[in-house]
Amino acid sequence: MVNVVESALENLGDSADAVADRAQRARLQEAARAAAARVTDPEVPVLTIDDLGILHDVAIDDTGRVTVTILPTYSGCPAMGVIALGIETELMKDGFADARVRLTNAPAWSTERMSEAAREKLRATGISPPERVSGKRALFAPSAAVGCPRCGSSETERISEFGSTACKALWRCRACREPFDHFKCI
Amino acid sequence: MTLASSDPRAAWLMRLGDASLILGHRMTEWLSRAPTLEEDIALANFGLDLIGQTRALYTRACELEGGTRDETDLAYRRAEPDYRNPLLVEQPNGNFADTMARHLLFAAYATPLYESLASSNDAETAGIATRSAREMAYHLRHAGEWMIRLGDGTAESHAKAQAALTDLWPYVPELFEADDLDREVAASGFGVDPSTLRGAFDAAVDDVLARATLKKPAERFGQRGGKGGRHSEHLGHMLAVLQALQRAYPDARW
Repeated sequence: MVNVVESALENLGDSADAVADRAQRARLQEAARAAAARVTDPEVPVLTIDDLGILHDVAIDDTGRVTVTILPTYSGCPAMGVIALGIETELMKDGFADARVRLTNAPAWSTERMSEAAREKLRATGISPPERVSGKRALFAPSAAVGCPRCGSSETERISEFGSTACKALWRCRACREPFDHFKCI
Repeated sequence: MTLASSDPRAAWLMRLGDASLILGHRMTEWLSRAPTLEEDIALANFGLDLIGQTRALYTRACELEGGTRDETDLAYRRAEPDYRNPLLVEQPNGNFADTMARHLLFAAYATPLYESLASSNDAETAGIATRSAREMAYHLRHAGEWMIRLGDGTAESHAKAQAALTDLWPYVPELFEADDLDREVAASGFGVDPSTLRGAFDAAVDDVLARATLKKPAERFGQRGGKGGRHSEHLGHMLAVLQALQRAYPDARW
């Protein structure tokens, strides 16, 4: 795999055949994306950056340099540096020696970018996924039903709006009495 | 008044960043001192959000300015008059009611500010504002819930919450007074004129105060100056702590 990528990168843009060249580049881009998509969130290791909707774009230029664009999540999340390092490492493993990571705030990340599979993985690991509605709601409106990730009951209550990381709030289930993390909805 | 940057858009974003940095630092002063463990975590998260927003705002400001400075220069290598935060955010933490009252006032101003800035003609700024608005809505709710609990609580908690509001109210008008810079960035479609936010602020605060059985203080006079670089004594003491490491070991890195 590594050798194939390395030699393909070397010949990128050399071919006189523009169609073949484009196809080659698309294959490399795909491979680079797959490598970046393996990176997991250090705070929630069951989720990849692809699951979370953080991985925004992977591009490759004529010199074979890969640019991975990611979307920062919660303003206070300290994981972005580790994620960027992880992306460079995974790309290196697959033969993409020249890689850089770019952060962009446009578009703004939101929990709505999380895939359904990601929400299921969160539930399975004991974290209740974010509600489907992000953004504006009345100041003291009751929050949408937060289900207990362990027993499924909707008899739950919030203990604290803020939890162990910037992305979580602390809840407890009144049915099974277990406390659990809830992924904050932004 | 000289602007903090030659680029008005950068100068304006730096002002927003200064407000969130200074309030964010005030939150860090609570670490390990909050009344309960959950509240300690909540106040730490307030700080984390605010300082994270600061980094994004400063970084975008530096890009717009042309890239000669970065977020570290802005946070650690300037003196008091270079900071353009409103006076409210540099007021000392006081007791828990003082901190929550200050946070209610700031969040009730910052939430509609970022909601409005989400339609900035600069896509990066709009993206930062979109996320910040959602985060500040959490702050507004949390501080609001505490003010209700304190105001509608015991005689002592009510008295302290009312005293906190009375002490801090003189710093409210400055939040909404538009100056030339505010008007310029608003007219160009980049920024927001803060005088347009007062209605949303009053609606949110009035709702909380009514539930909290607290009285809205009369707005007899306003303390102002921070947005122009004229600060209360508190800011210098705070910067001495905030900047100590960079001053003692210039260019220190992790």
